[in-house]
Amino acid sequence: MDNKPLSFRNIVWLLLALALVAAPHAERLPPWVSIFAGVLGLWRLYIAQRRLPLLSKWLLFSMLGAGIAGIYLSYGVILGRDSGVALLVLLTGLKLMETNSQRDAVMVLFLGYFLIITNFLYSQTIITGLYMLLVVLVLTAAWIGCNRPSHDYPDKLKLHLAGTLFIQSVPLMVVLFLLFPRVQGPLWGLPQDAYSGTTGLSDSMSPGSLSQLTQSDAVAFRVKFNDPAPNASTLYWRGPVLWRFNGRTWYGRTYAVSEPPELQALDKPLRYTVTLEPHNRDWLFALDMPGTFPPQAGITPDFQIISNAPVRSRMRYEVASYLKYQTGINENPVALRRALQLPRNSNPRATELAQSWRRSAGDDSAIINRALNLFRKENFYYTMQPPLLGEHPVDEFLFDTKRGFCEHYASSFTFLMRSAGIPARIVTGYQGGDFNAIDDYFIVRQADAHAWVEVWLKQRGWVRIDPTAAVSPLRVEAGIAAAVPATDPLPLLVRHDYPWLREARFIWDAMANNWNQWVLGYTPQRQAQFMTRLGMSEATWQNMAIALLLASGFIMLGLAGMILWRLRTAPRDPVQLAYHKFCGKLAKDGLARHPAEGPQDYSLRLAQAKPLKAETIRSISELYIALRYGTLADKLAVKRLRQLVSGFET
Amino acid sequence: MTPTMQPHLLQQDAKAQPIDRVIAQVGSVILGKDRQIRLALACILARGHLLIEDLPGVGKTTMAHALARTLGLEFHRIQFTSDMLPADILGVSIFDRGAGAFKFHPGPVFAQVILADEINRATPKTQSALLEAMEEHQVTTEGETRPLPRPFFVIATQNPSQFVGTFPLPESQLDRFLMRIRLGYPDNTAERALLKGGERRDMVSHLLPCMNAAELLEIQQKVRMVHASDALMDYLQALIARTRQSPHYVNGLSPRAGLALLHSARAWALMHGRNQVLPEDVQAVLPSVVGHRLQPTGDHAHHKDLAENLISAVPIP
Repeated sequence: MDNKPLSFRNIVWLLLALALVAAPHAERLPPWVSIFAGVLGLWRLYIAQRRLPLLSKWLLFSMLGAGIAGIYLSYGVILGRDSGVALLVLLTGLKLMETNSQRDAVMVLFLGYFLIITNFLYSQTIITGLYMLLVVLVLTAAWIGCNRPSHDYPDKLKLHLAGTLFIQSVPLMVVLFLLFPRVQGPLWGLPQDAYSGTTGLSDSMSPGSLSQLTQSDAVAFRVKFNDPAPNASTLYWRGPVLWRFNGRTWYGRTYAVSEPPELQALDKPLRYTVTLEPHNRDWLFALDMPGTFPPQAGITPDFQIISNAPVRSRMRYEVASYLKYQTGINENPVALRRALQLPRNSNPRATELAQSWRRSAGDDSAIINRALNLFRKENFYYTMQPPLLGEHPVDEFLFDTKRGFCEHYASSFTFLMRSAGIPARIVTGYQGGDFNAIDDYFIVRQADAHAWVEVWLKQRGWVRIDPTAAVSPLRVEAGIAAAVPATDPLPLLVRHDYPWLREARFIWDAMANNWNQWVLGYTPQRQAQFMTRLGMSEATWQNMAIALLLASGFIMLGLAGMILWRLRTAPRDPVQLAYHKFCGKLAKDGLARHPAEGPQDYSLRLAQAKPLKAETIRSISELYIALRYGTLADKLAVKRLRQLVSGFET
Repeated sequence: MTPTMQPHLLQQDAKAQPIDRVIAQVGSVILGKDRQIRLALACILARGHLLIEDLPGVGKTTMAHALARTLGLEFHRIQFTSDMLPADILGVSIFDRGAGAFKFHPGPVFAQVILADEINRATPKTQSALLEAMEEHQVTTEGETRPLPRPFFVIATQNPSQFVGTFPLPESQLDRFLMRIRLGYPDNTAERALLKGGERRDMVSHLLPCMNAAELLEIQQKVRMVHASDALMDYLQALIARTRQSPHYVNGLSPRAGLALLHSARAWALMHGRNQVLPEDVQAVLPSVVGHRLQPTGDHAHHKDLAENLISAVPIP
């Protein structure tokens, strides 16, 4: 590496590689940073093409100052994840402006490799991985070019060499992945803003909040059942339970984690593993009703499973649920009172209706049936585009608009129940899921978000009632795509219109799931399991480090051996074997034949070095030449050559 | 096979005798350039055309002249200039009043040895007239094709192309020359002998032929018969493959260049009294055969180093 100026072609490669690295950041950076960096790159290209002098230090310094100030103004901080990446992109662009020598170029290339890592702070999907692989190839090719500044190395060969280097490094990469001692959690603490922008349920619900969520086809979690999977219509994935109502919005989290509530199972437990995508909240999802909870979590009296820490990375846990159960017969009176509370003077028409029901029908279940019949018979529509509601949303929905999404039905049903004196609470979560037959698991997406109701009856305790099912039974039986009108906007991946797309989506999701489970989910526990299966008695980091060193040592030896094997000149016929033996004998004596030295030249050199042996050496060489390059093809001659070589001593 | 039978393997060929005489006689005029003389002769024996490239005054013309005389061949010299036309080389038809018809007056190209002096001074049009004759061994003017005498070969000389007033030969035409050699300055002893000795031009004119055209044709025929074994072909192909794969060359060697290498190596082997080609023969002629055909990718690498690097990079299989 020296300080020769870079050729134009090398600069083009450098810029291409950096553009590829930074491209995925462009959508996350503020536009001005992307544009600034882009302009710097094009400027550098222009300078290189016109052979103009580089910018002055003062101009660079002032641009640097302006850039840092701009980032501080955009983000409010300098050292966050997003601002850090923005700063890095900006600095790389500025570094380019003073890059003219090989040494600078290598610096910039290292920055490029580092930028690759920053992309994984945002996305760790297969696509990102493959793209970064491509970027590594291009960066390495650019690097190879920078190391050969004097002649322009052909581009095809650069990529070829980069590819060869990459393939040679794959075994080492696999060993490092498998054996490098893992630490729990990310390698370094990420700043707080690293978790913004994750979608998911919240612990409150107002008209429109869930229907917005259903516009996302992002995966909420994936579930693998140990036993045959139950019917999708029975899958109510329990999330936050909402008790408090202010006339418009329902609020959750009334209880903290405590002793597990009493639950009377009426059938066998259903065991399954959930792989939850990070949602930056602390609740976990389980089927109604969870009978167990994972060790790193607790359970509240209203059966919410709460993790010890917000879920910021993909989390796997095992739960067992009972689909048939009885709970809350001896419910705490305080809780029952809470389940009846309503704000004063809110939604008067609905209150009046419920109270009239109470007056005419004495029985709680009769009231419930009247409410459900109301939804069934009074031209209510299930739609994801409900009209906006005003001051008394329950009244307006029940008597005027009659068009709504699950949150409207759950909210107004609960309101009616409470007004009629029946304790009720709202449960939010997800309902159903796509069964992926490729790998036998369920995919639950944000679009499957749902809200239902639990009412408390004297003899039966808490009973689940899904008012949405009364309006649109299809929603529960066949999923959201079947239930909403075709004109409603739905994310492409959730729609049922294209069977081939559905199939392709399942295959893709199965791949993504395996990637999550085995590559991204290769946690210390999994590593320990794997090591034990490989026969390691104790998977301590010391043992793993030794195994790592040994394995990488063997791989390097293997690679070196392979390369040497290819370099060797393999003699196959007896003439060559005999001659190589002859050369070998002399090589031990310090008179090795140069690979490109012809037999006659070698013979002359040997005869000079060993005048006493000159006669034998000449005989052997002449016989070899005649056999190898002449027309002599005689078994006796070959035998003679072998005899001469065997008898030859230096 | 007994050891007493061996000497015949490398026995001198009877036809090598005149070759040695040719080398000795030319060597008496061009001092201290034994290797270049051998290469030039090998080129002629392999039926190739020769390009001598060097500074003015190192003996290019003298060497060509001496070779022609010693080989006993009819010799024409064409001094190329920038105002020369193709007809000045090929000949022209002039109306003959007596015969009442056009009569063709052959140009200087109708000879067994053409010395094309300073070929890169002529315009490309004139250059190509000669180069086509070289390739086709015949001349076509005014719709009539006339064969050139046999043997026919061209020894062209040229100044390094950075000299003023030159039209460098394009690569496609360089390829028509089997070999390109450089003479270089004589060493101290040779220089002293040169300074003490007589006028070179006179010496050349007093040279006596060592063989005749028929003998030369016969030796050329023998060159074709020199045995090249599979092992040697392997080596040759390894060399060619190297030029095509290595990043150090703009283009690899063409199949024609491969044939040129083989023919030259055969001639070299025969000149050294062998009936089979050895890797050493290929190595000996390689710098002259590939020097003008391979272009280094960098600016700095010298052509001679280029050939030597190629030789040392390819192991003999």
